[in-house]
Amino acid sequence: MRRPLGRGTPLIGALAVMVAAGAAANAKVEGDTIVLGAAVSLTGKYSTNGKNTQDGYDLAVARVNELGGVQVGDTSYKLEVVYYDDESTPARAAQLAERLINQDGVKFLLGPYSSGLTKAIAPVTEKYKIPMVEGNGASLSLFTEGYRYLFATLTTTQFYLREAVNLAAATAEAAGRSPADLKVAMAFENDPFSQDIRAGVTEDAERWGMKVVVDDKLPPEINDMAATLTKVKAVKPDLLLVSGHTKGATLAVRQTAEMRVDVPMVAITHCDSAQVAETLGSAAEYFLCASQWDRSLSYRDDWFGTAEEYAQRFEATFDYAPPYQAAESTAAVLVFVDAFRRAQSFDTEKVRDAIAATDMETFYGRIKFDETGKNIAKPMVLYQVQDGQYKVVAPAEWASAKLIYPRRLAD
Amino acid sequence: MRPRTASRWLLGGLLTLALAAPWLVPAYRTQISFLWVMIIFALTWDTLGGQMGYNSFGNVVFFGVGMYACAVVQRDAGLEYFPALFLGMAVAAALAVALAAVLGSGLLGLRGQYFAIATLGLGFAAGEFASGWDFIGAGSGMVTPLYPGEVGGRESFFYYLLLALTVTTFLVLRRLYSGRFGLAINAIRDDEDKAEAMGLHTTRYKTTAWCVSATFLGLTGAAVGNLIGFIDPRDVAFAGPTFGVWMVLMAILGGKGTLWGPVLGAAVFHVTQELFWTYLLGWQRVALGLLILAIVLFFPVGILGWARERWPERFGHTVDERPEPAEGGS
Amino acid sequence: MSNLQLLFDAPILCVQLLVDGILIGAIFALAAYGMALVWGVMNVVTICQGEFVMLGGYTAYFLYKAGVHPLFGVPIAAALLFAFGWALYRAVIFRVVDGDLFISILATFGLSILLQQLANQLFGADVRTAESGFRTLFFFDGMVTVSVVKIVAFVAALVVGVALLVFLKRSRMGQAIRATAQNARAARIMGVDTTRVYAATFGLNAALCGAAGALVAMTWLIHPYLGLPYTVRSFMIVILAGLGNVAVVLAAGMGLGAAENFAGFLLGAEYQAAFVFALLVAILLWRRFWLGRTRRYLK
Repeated sequence: MRRPLGRGTPLIGALAVMVAAGAAANAKVEGDTIVLGAAVSLTGKYSTNGKNTQDGYDLAVARVNELGGVQVGDTSYKLEVVYYDDESTPARAAQLAERLINQDGVKFLLGPYSSGLTKAIAPVTEKYKIPMVEGNGASLSLFTEGYRYLFATLTTTQFYLREAVNLAAATAEAAGRSPADLKVAMAFENDPFSQDIRAGVTEDAERWGMKVVVDDKLPPEINDMAATLTKVKAVKPDLLLVSGHTKGATLAVRQTAEMRVDVPMVAITHCDSAQVAETLGSAAEYFLCASQWDRSLSYRDDWFGTAEEYAQRFEATFDYAPPYQAAESTAAVLVFVDAFRRAQSFDTEKVRDAIAATDMETFYGRIKFDETGKNIAKPMVLYQVQDGQYKVVAPAEWASAKLIYPRRLAD
Repeated sequence: MRPRTASRWLLGGLLTLALAAPWLVPAYRTQISFLWVMIIFALTWDTLGGQMGYNSFGNVVFFGVGMYACAVVQRDAGLEYFPALFLGMAVAAALAVALAAVLGSGLLGLRGQYFAIATLGLGFAAGEFASGWDFIGAGSGMVTPLYPGEVGGRESFFYYLLLALTVTTFLVLRRLYSGRFGLAINAIRDDEDKAEAMGLHTTRYKTTAWCVSATFLGLTGAAVGNLIGFIDPRDVAFAGPTFGVWMVLMAILGGKGTLWGPVLGAAVFHVTQELFWTYLLGWQRVALGLLILAIVLFFPVGILGWARERWPERFGHTVDERPEPAEGGS
Repeated sequence: MSNLQLLFDAPILCVQLLVDGILIGAIFALAAYGMALVWGVMNVVTICQGEFVMLGGYTAYFLYKAGVHPLFGVPIAAALLFAFGWALYRAVIFRVVDGDLFISILATFGLSILLQQLANQLFGADVRTAESGFRTLFFFDGMVTVSVVKIVAFVAALVVGVALLVFLKRSRMGQAIRATAQNARAARIMGVDTTRVYAATFGLNAALCGAAGALVAMTWLIHPYLGLPYTVRSFMIVILAGLGNVAVVLAAGMGLGAAENFAGFLLGAEYQAAFVFALLVAILLWRRFWLGRTRRYLK
């Protein structure tokens, strides 16, 4: 075999191009603009929710700028977000976080979509002591690592479906049965977020003494869950829990109807961002859906007014109803705005401390972080799809409709 | 001999540049670290694909195995950061080689496209098994320990670690290709049946070649797991549709079956991709698809292959003056 | 194993798993047949089968949005994808026909990324379905349910398969395709326009996948990234069944569908995909040893 020699120039040239690419600049605050950075999933398996996230950020930025920006010292600063596409893969997300911090000089980060990607970015922001406020990484495991610079506006995973388990127990007690006799079937996508929800509900079920009869992990590329549902049908559980982002929600609704899986209570996540009630019609009836937020809740703030007004503004801008993924992203930007105001500085440490001390009312609910950085001031709500509408049925203080139980099969 | 001197100068110049890069452009350390990773990918893929004619889509398996092996050692060995890391890397290399030996004895008997497809299946299967196995975190993945030192220390450390790996890979492969081993695997590529008829232990050579690839991929995997900090079974460790296919593309782009080709291909590919990424928000994968098509349709012989056709005398010169194999027999 | 116990307790579940598997397998078989056709005639391996399926699905979905019943979307998707495949041949594939098989794998891999991402940018990443409005049948006290839409999809897959068979046997173009598959050079000498044959073959492949995609949109769901499983399953079916025979491909497809469903049930859904990929490797190895044995036998 010949052993030819390459010319060296292309290689060196390539390195030079690389150095020139995206000329580094210190861009944390340029003139009267505060630059925030975010890696979001514009392509890949999370791109639906990734777009929700980006829209949520954009709406907040536009609104804050419209209202005059952020007053720090004598200047009123506008906000701007630098985006990269993480392609829904953690490897990219981690690299992009470094790029935002190192090359773009961004000093304040907004989170990506999904717990897996947040897990990949958090060590980076921690290393560089860059505060990150995120609205889409709910895994409880994110908040057990002792991260100092990570803050989440959302309620963590163990609460997503807890209310559904409690509801099942309550209905059983009301019917004179012991909750310990209940059988639970679970199918959760095999990704950090859904698996953390699974860990949460497993604990809840144990506390009530319920028996877990099906416990499947759905692969992310799954397009058919017939095998799992056949099992569910065979064991006749009293409660079926499914979570797998938007695809999991669509599959669960469509295939339970088609295979006539007759379970009295079914709870899932992501049904508003998957728009199951809108697209699948009667198949979605009586499904319970966990949600971080709902437009019917009575929260309000000075930027957007009430939750409903936020929803209307969002619809007017982006032509679809805001799923909670968008709302919690908007809230993340508001946390930064509030922290800049109180810190009156762009020093990352001061801003971090200001974020840690956050206690604010927003259209999205109250935001107050515990020492690990997760928001503990806001409840999860549980919808039920009734007549094609998402109605809040739990917890009781927010409920706008009564739970319909048992679920009747659509025809 | 002029070309040899030129080669030395080139290597020396590049190495100096590479050693100085963390001071010249500190902000780009991680990106250039990934360039080293890409070069290792392309070089190790080429050992089978280019030099031996076995197109593997599954080399990423060794990368993933190394990554997980190291992370598990770091988690369970109860050692300090650096001892755990180095022990982990040793275990990673050992496991990867063992796996290559076992898999090689079965899969390397397949010829042509069947080998390519079997390794494709292997890559996916590994990712799926990893995401079902609770011991290594299943679908939730694993987080590697935080680097103990100062801010920026981690980047420099892994930069030099990966640079050292790249240089070692390059030198080892150069040495191997110039000896009997290189001739043997080239013979297998050119006509396996004839090579076997000539008395070559083809299976032994094929398996050894895969083990060499696997060693470096395992070591790289161990380092990359720590560089990224989070191991996802499908998207980081056993990332068949990205890393797994890129290694093939980079080798082809540069010119497969050559020593410098994969290096050149990896550099061009990585830089292009970084540029797409920065300037084509959301459309970068479309551009990547077009790039892949362009590479395959218009440069099926690669940049070096093209150059060789264009200026044969320059390369011909090299051929004539090829030094004798460094080692005699064995 | 408790899952196995479940099957013994209620053997009727086997029927459900089998039926579901066979019905989805018929759709796999369509895409697989397209792959076998192109592989056999042109010696090109198409990695973008799944993306053709996806595009067929989107065709049916947009027609459904425009008020066309998804069932009518099947022939329309097939026709559109035929044109698309033809154009793609003229633009790209003709360059890889006579080349290395491996190059064709890479080129179509590039195409698959391109189509996936274009679909993501143009149609959005949302999960879509096209509602057919068909009902569900149930037997054995509701233990076995078969939705009519799956049966329709199955029958449609059979119809398309038979149509293909007739086309290849009877029509001029079909005969030309078969002749080219047997010996391209001889066919060219006999006056067959092989370029046209290749373009038609590739178009036909895309059309088969398009039809499968329309059925998928109607029965399951579609999104830009759904392609990979269909491509991989096509591969397995083709390797198992060989390049020649529609009936064998169909049988292999249904067998794979059923095997996969049983694996998902017994091992848990997390190992369903792993099982498929491991099966691919196992089949190849088995094929090698089997071929090796017959070779020795012939000596």
